[in-house]
Amino acid sequence: MSDFPKDQEFLLPASNVFIVLSLLAALLLNWLPWSGIWLALRPDFVALVLLYWCTHKPYRIGIGMAWMIGIFADVADASLFGQHALAYTVLAFGGIVLHRRMQMFDLRQQTLQVFPVLLLAYLVYALVHWQLHGYVAWTYFLGSVASALLWIPLTLLLQVIRVPRPDSDDL
Amino acid sequence: MEQTQSFRFFNRGPSPAARLVFFSLLSLLLLFVDARYRYLESARSALSILTYPLQRVVAAPGALWQQADSFFTLQSNLLRDNAQMRQQHTVDAVQLQQLQVLQAENQHLRELLAVQQHAAYPMQLAEIVYVERDIFKRKLFLDKGAQANVQAGQVVMDDIGVVGQITRVYPWLSEVTLITDKDHSVPVQVLRNGLRTVVFGSGDTGDLTLRYMPNSADIKEGDILVTSGIDGTYPLGLPVAKVGHIERDPAYPFARIQCSPVAGVDRHRQLLILSGLPKLPERPEATVENGADQSKRGRRKKP
Repeated sequence: MSDFPKDQEFLLPASNVFIVLSLLAALLLNWLPWSGIWLALRPDFVALVLLYWCTHKPYRIGIGMAWMIGIFADVADASLFGQHALAYTVLAFGGIVLHRRMQMFDLRQQTLQVFPVLLLAYLVYALVHWQLHGYVAWTYFLGSVASALLWIPLTLLLQVIRVPRPDSDDL
Repeated sequence: MEQTQSFRFFNRGPSPAARLVFFSLLSLLLLFVDARYRYLESARSALSILTYPLQRVVAAPGALWQQADSFFTLQSNLLRDNAQMRQQHTVDAVQLQQLQVLQAENQHLRELLAVQQHAAYPMQLAEIVYVERDIFKRKLFLDKGAQANVQAGQVVMDDIGVVGQITRVYPWLSEVTLITDKDHSVPVQVLRNGLRTVVFGSGDTGDLTLRYMPNSADIKEGDILVTSGIDGTYPLGLPVAKVGHIERDPAYPFARIQCSPVAGVDRHRQLLILSGLPKLPERPEATVENGADQSKRGRRKKP
């Protein structure tokens, strides 16, 4: 973990196109035809990518953006309008609150910080469902654990894409 | 313009907490409106035009895999399947003959009885585009929508029995709630003795329950349940479920009855959408204030 560039200076500035593309890719991953036990274990890629951008670029991707993406997720999942949106709003707020703290931690410690936020977002979604339909599928919460475990690989992946490449014309 | 922007050190709009409150309230408002009044269906279908192509893109690899899989099927398998199907076909043809005779006879009897004719329902073949990604629900999406005149409330079945009901229609898609969806109910009849009841989904694939059946009810393991046609949503006589396990415990007023759906609720790729159900006459309005009292009084007077 020591050779990993922890400082923001080593990373290229994230372009808007890159942010939007990463969110789009996460949405597509969420919409893959998951079923059975894999559906329960499916990490919420959108929540993870949103949380990454909220903790690393809190002034670019904020609560408003999270809410809009939630609305799209609601349309695609045929859940009630606002169900995903509410969960992602809470998630984005958690990310923004965490963003100063995250810079002091390495990735393993970050995972421990991220897990409660994800769990809270899952809880909000399940709570809305419980209020409207009166029951909760407990396996649903496995997804929050899977999402938290995916935090390290996802962060590494997004950082690797943002590391500047050595220019071949330089020398 | 440049200068004003560079001097905005701390001006970042409302604080995160304010935004949290604003967007949470907005979400709750939308939830309330959507759950109570269903005003937002047009907005939903408008937004679905944006998400639909993306969802098709995501579903494409699976479809491609199936195509590749069917392309590389062994010839011996094909031959075996072909032989099997031919055999099945002859068996079916004989049964079809018998069915036609029965149909003619039935029609004749009905004419004699001057009973309202049960028309053959027009059907539409639709393909499953994708299955629900929400673990709480049992739903499917079919590739026929408002463009193909699909309407909410129509019945979806496979070649054996009822699979579910269309609950929402998008321009090119329609959403099917399966009979195994939690608390989804179908009015049914026991085929053997005509006992009327309602079968409920239990939220688990391959599991239905009959609630509120007294311990003494005449129902046996292996009984077939068909739709009773009461309420006009489902047509008469479609097979729905088969009674599996019955538990009669005298400590409880009701027997615990497990059923399994007859149709392959989670198996096929193509399903049929039934249309053109006959409209039933409107149900008479119950008087709201003292309807219950009146019925009680009426019952008391009669004997």
